[in-house]
Formats: sequence, structure tokens, C-alpha cells
Amino acid sequence: MSNIPSELKYATSHEWVRNEGDGIVTVGITEHAQELLGDMVFVELPEVGDTVSTGDDCAVAESVKAASDIYAPVTGEIVEVNEDLEDSPELVNSDAFGDGWMFKVKLDDPAELDALLDAEGYQNSIDEE
Amino acid sequence: MTDVQKQDPNKTVLHAKHLEAGAKMVDFHGWEMPINYGSQIEEHHAVRQDAGMFDVSHMTIVDIKGDDAKAFLRRLVINDVAKLDVAGKALYTGMCNPEGGVIDDLIVYFFTDTDYRLVVNSATREKDLAWLNAQSADFDVTITERPEFAMIAVQGPTAKDKVATLLNDAQKAAVEGMKPFFSVQADDLFIATTGYTGEAGYEIALPAEQAADLWQQLLDAGVKPCGLGARDTLRLEAGMNLYGLDMDETISPLAANMAWTISWDDEDRNFVGKDVIAEQRAAGDQPKLVGLVLEEKGVLRSGLKVVTPHGEGTITSGTFSPTLGHSIAMARVPRAVKLEDTVQVEMRKKLVDVKVIKPSFVRNGKKVC
Repeated sequence: MSNIPSELKYATSHEWVRNEGDGIVTVGITEHAQELLGDMVFVELPEVGDTVSTGDDCAVAESVKAASDIYAPVTGEIVEVNEDLEDSPELVNSDAFGDGWMFKVKLDDPAELDALLDAEGYQNSIDEE
Repeated sequence: MTDVQKQDPNKTVLHAKHLEAGAKMVDFHGWEMPINYGSQIEEHHAVRQDAGMFDVSHMTIVDIKGDDAKAFLRRLVINDVAKLDVAGKALYTGMCNPEGGVIDDLIVYFFTDTDYRLVVNSATREKDLAWLNAQSADFDVTITERPEFAMIAVQGPTAKDKVATLLNDAQKAAVEGMKPFFSVQADDLFIATTGYTGEAGYEIALPAEQAADLWQQLLDAGVKPCGLGARDTLRLEAGMNLYGLDMDETISPLAANMAWTISWDDEDRNFVGKDVIAEQRAAGDQPKLVGLVLEEKGVLRSGLKVVTPHGEGTITSGTFSPTLGHSIAMARVPRAVKLEDTVQVEMRKKLVDVKVIKPSFVRNGKKVC
């Protein structure tokens, strides 16, 4: 069973969201998602300054197995991307919830976080797959 | 180990060893096989840099014996087994249908003119056996499948040395100085210097009940277990075809980079499919299988369209090459496409430039292209 930290929020499309305070969230893909994808070989990230809307495909995780779109779990502006993934995409496999983070978003509406799943809700959504 | 015949037919005798090693198992044409044991890229590097092993017990071993064994195989396969005159010598080739399409690719091991062994694909087992039996009707041969054998491929620059630590003196003597594409029966081990990775190493067939012990000894000797994921990236880097992707019954060997596995030397030899393939050869109108290299980001994948000035082609196999750090592929394209040409692949709705090369990317750990 995959690790699903209880302090994070989740989207059914397998992104996790960490509230960093000040209206900023960090986004990555879950342990479960990286297990499904297998070894990551390229990660294409959005540009800092891009604006994204919930559900937009804004990044691509390409593994040995498949290219998979990453969807913005919230609406806002991209304020930082994880440049380490350029040379070390495998961080997504080795530390999905930590060093494998993908980008940070400045939220348009902090209330949007409440609409995301908690750990239990995400676990249920995996179980239904 | 109890009676191996009672094993579920869709699990190899090494199934428990795979689970013990943390394998992620997947369905592979009806066989439950390891796709990886954690990271297929690490497994890939182990084979290129050190030694890795694959359970290939699902592959089909068929012995062909009898007075007509040689004549039968000269008819059955597109290469000429008459070339084989040293006991143990192996030959890669294909067998075709009368329309010149590839039924399967295989390795023929020669022992004597009345004694050969074939290793064919597992995914094609039933149709291959049916074809062999049908084609043998007019020949004095017996065709015997050998499911009681397991098979382990040990591959990589240190593979032979690591295997040597497990062999007895007689077996060591038997494999001493073996060249590539040879085989020898050494006590219970049938040891061949063949493989599907582009590295040195062995493929070892042995009685199924001994396989788990050999697997464990290899593990203890530092050989890393590798799954089908790494097997695919390794064979693709080595430019080796995968049946069902790079060719099938509708594809001529001339369109699958298998022209070199056809022998035309003996004009009197009438192999199945010869008439059609000879016509195609004279016409020079078959497409060809080439290698593609994408040096920017992205991964070429099977089924993608290739756009060339001479018409369209298709990627038959594509992957990320862990050794080269970028994507490679095999593609079937119009024959007029030349090596070193730049053509385009349609990826995620964009046309991306790729270079055409010979379909061989990595050999013995080194970049070829």
C-alpha cells in the first residue's frame, strides 16, 4: 500500500498539494502515481509566471512506460518550478512527496484547497480505480 | 521442490523467487512475469555495467530429431542450417509463411545433422508448434517441446565470470573459450553464448527443479535480477527485433531488418516463403526497418507516425535509452529513406525532427550510433 501523508491534499488525478501558507501551495504527483508510471525519464514543467486553472494540463511526466499529463489541482500563478527535475527526473520516483515536487502555485482563491481530497478521500479514490 | 508438472502453467518455476526479490509482476501473453524489481533503469545499467539475470523460462524450447532433421529445417527457416557444421553452433533466423510473412524469429542450435534445438517465442508458442507439426508431415523427424526446462539469461560484462564461480571443473572446461553464438551441454546445464541484450553472457537451460537454486546462487554471486522492462530497453538499444512489434505474419523479413538472416547461397534450397521473398528482393520495393534517434526531450513510442519526403512510416518499437540518455526507436519507413537523413515523428500533436541510423544503438556497453 502506498504512503499517503495525512497533512497533504489530493486530486483524483494523483497530484498532491501542500499548503505552504501565504497563499502558496506546492504540487507534485503521489507515490501511487509514480509507482504506476515507473522510472521517470523526463519532466516537462510550466514556466514561472504562467497562470493555470484547475484541471489544466500544465506539466508532463514522461516515464519509461508512458507520457502522462499533470493537471493543475488549483487556479493561480506558477511562482516556482523544481529545476532539479531537469537533470534528475528520478527524484519523482525516489521522493515523490519531497524532493520530487514539481511546481508552486500562488492561489487565486485559498478556499479552493477545501475542495481537494484529504488522505482518506484519496485512498478511497485509488481503491475505486 | 515437488512435481513441476503440477505448477500453474502460467507461472514459471521461478515465480516465488521473483516475489521474494520484490518483483512487480505483470501479465505477459498469459505468463505472470516480473516487469521490474523496483527500477528498470537500474536493472538496465546493471546489465550494461556489471551483470543481470532474466527468467526466460516462458520461452519455448523445441528439439528436432530424426534422419530428416536437417532437410526439414532447410525447408522451414529462411537461413540455411547447412551452414552449421560445428557442434553447438547457433543461428538466428526466422520462419515464414508461404506469403513471405514472418511467423516467428528463433534460434537454431546445431548438434548433429539429426539433432537440433530451437528456441522460439512464448507468445507465439501454439501457432509455432502447430506450424512445425504441419510442416513436418513429409519429413522423418520428431518434434518435442521441452517444458521441463527452465531458462535463465545471465548478461553483462561480468556475467561469464560470475557464472564461472558456480560451475564445476568439467563445466568450466566446457565453456572455456566459447565464442558468441555457441552452446554446450555441461552436466545438467545447457549453456549458450546467446542473449537479447547486446552484452556478453549466457542463456542457461536447466531442469526446472534446479532453477530456483541456480537463481539463488547467481543472486549470491552479485547478479542483479532484471525484469521484462529492462529486457525491452536492452534489446532495443542492441537493435534486436521483438516479434509482434517489429515484425509479424504480415511483414516480410526484408522489411524487418532480417535480410541478413536469409540464405540465398543454395539456389536449389526451397524454403517456405522463398518465391514471394525472392520477388520482393528483386523488386526492391519493400519498406525497411531503421533506427531513429531523438536527442531532445520526449520518448518515441510504438505506433507513432513517421513523416519522410518519400512517404509515411511507423515506429514499431520506441523507448528511452538509459545508456544514451535520450529516446531511440525502430521504425518501418519507405526504402528510399537513407541513413543520416532527418525525418519527422508526430509526437503529442507536434512534428519533431529525428535522425535515421542503422537499427543498432549500443553494443557491449558502448554507443554505436
